[in-house]
Amino acid sequence: MTPPPAASPPAASPPAASPPGASPAGRQATPGVGTGPSAREIATAVRAGTRTARQVLEEHLARIAAHDGEVKAFLHLDGDAARAAADAVDLTIGKGQDPGPLAGVPVALKDNLCTRGVPTTAGSRILEGWLPPYDATVVQRLRDAGAVPLGKTNLDEFAMGSSTENSAYYPTRNPHDHSRVPGGSSGGSAAAVAAGFAPIALGSDTGGSVRQPAALCGVVGVKPTYGVVSRYGLIAFASSLDQIGPFARTVGDAALLLQVIAGHDPLDSTSWSGSLPDLVSATADGVDGLRVGIVTELTGDGIAPDVAGRLRDAADALADRGAKVDEVSVPAARYALSAYYLIAPAEASSNLSRYDGMRYGLRVTKDDVTQTNSATRSAGFGPEVKRRIMLGTYALSAGYYDAYYGQAQRARTLLIRDFAKAYEDFDVLLTPTSPTTAFPLGSKTQTPLSMYLSDVCTIPTNLAGHAAMSVPFGVGADGLPVGVQVLAPALGEPVMFRVAAALEEAAS
Amino acid sequence: MAGSLTREDVSHVARLARLDLDDDELDRFTEQLAAVLDHAADVASLDTAGVPPTAHPLDLVNVLREDVPWTSLDRDEVLAMAPAAEDGRFRVPKILGDAP
Repeated sequence: MTPPPAASPPAASPPAASPPGASPAGRQATPGVGTGPSAREIATAVRAGTRTARQVLEEHLARIAAHDGEVKAFLHLDGDAARAAADAVDLTIGKGQDPGPLAGVPVALKDNLCTRGVPTTAGSRILEGWLPPYDATVVQRLRDAGAVPLGKTNLDEFAMGSSTENSAYYPTRNPHDHSRVPGGSSGGSAAAVAAGFAPIALGSDTGGSVRQPAALCGVVGVKPTYGVVSRYGLIAFASSLDQIGPFARTVGDAALLLQVIAGHDPLDSTSWSGSLPDLVSATADGVDGLRVGIVTELTGDGIAPDVAGRLRDAADALADRGAKVDEVSVPAARYALSAYYLIAPAEASSNLSRYDGMRYGLRVTKDDVTQTNSATRSAGFGPEVKRRIMLGTYALSAGYYDAYYGQAQRARTLLIRDFAKAYEDFDVLLTPTSPTTAFPLGSKTQTPLSMYLSDVCTIPTNLAGHAAMSVPFGVGADGLPVGVQVLAPALGEPVMFRVAAALEEAAS
Repeated sequence: MAGSLTREDVSHVARLARLDLDDDELDRFTEQLAAVLDHAADVASLDTAGVPPTAHPLDLVNVLREDVPWTSLDRDEVLAMAPAAEDGRFRVPKILGDAP
């Protein structure tokens, strides 16, 4: 990536013209945060010919031009390509053909999704200037559905982080309060949707990287069942945990987007060969008679009281709508965080060995090949990526393999068994998404362990390969968004979306 | 379980991972990584006798496809992104020494 001027959107945010954020605390928020047309409304209007894709796009580009200088959701905005894509959609409509279910819908893409000929950095200096020679499968599916990609959003380097402060380029700000983080690692995508830059976006979720920023930015974020969405073209972090997932401002839009990107892909050997039922219609089914379990291990210690309060409100709202709500124990969830911070770095240390300065990306030339490898990686990776590579290398090294990596894999088995037991009695489980609301920029960067604890509620789902999503549910004591997490077993997306829709209705 | 992480451990691991660390980085990473590993002591001390490991959420075996010609990436497009290329190939540093 060519940094700022060319790469980031025009920093021409009107300095005095932007009104102060309408918050009780007087904090600075992005004007109009959390509002904008839904993807469904846009696609319906574009397909009906009452709006053009180009009009819709120009409105979103204008919002980005006005406010992204402050929010910094995008690493690379591609207005010309977006205009060409929008015009192509309008041309299709003009010919009397249907561009698809996302006709004319602007979409933001996390910058670890490969886009042919468009800079893809994964938030790292080691991939600065790299132009992928192919599109990720999800990107191709979006294009085929008539969506209009706007550009690439900021992230923690290689998706390693919970605040987007580990981006090698710049941090992204939370549109609800510019002094706070948007969460991470998909913070740019979450912020883009919250700020009204796009109605929908894609992120990736290895330990909560879609759900936690969704919660902190007050939008919907989904981690689909492992294998439901192709990972082809997703820059790998931890391959047994990574999954691409949608962001949206409504549950219905998240369902629509997931339906577009889901489905078997021969280019991903871990891709599930089945297909999901209609998720959009599942959102209308209600929760009467559903059994909802509140996970005791993830609702007590370490959860802020205001966040725990919103979770109780959410449980009450589901009970009011006919669900049977009770508490359930998932004992091994207590070990999930530790197991994750051995397994994910172990897989990362292997995946990131490909950045050797030989075939693509940065090369720092030294006297011999080993020194060239080391100099390239030392210059190209930031501190968090180095920490995780070393942690993983250590966990896999002779003498420690069984004590750390082996034990973590066995804890993973125990967790899967405990979830299976819980799902004998419950259709879905409920936890907070994040232990707190959005925290101040810079408050956790010096102590990695405190940052890791942000993921305590989201990590168990990735280890099990299950589905989970975060739904906005009110605000905390500081007036900032709180997310409630709905967990479902593998391929439990239909029931998960039913519960999410009920929560959305209750929260509105 | 394993003992506490030392500066020498971090130095060794950095060498294995092809990362050059200066003295400050060594100090800082040793402290930070030791904190994470101390937190992981709960997993390291877990009684897992008889519990099989899980490496992957899906119970997958090899996935095969028909051995038919397939569109490859465009060679020029790929090589255009290489740090160095020559004659249609990646140009890399010499990995063998000169003949004695």
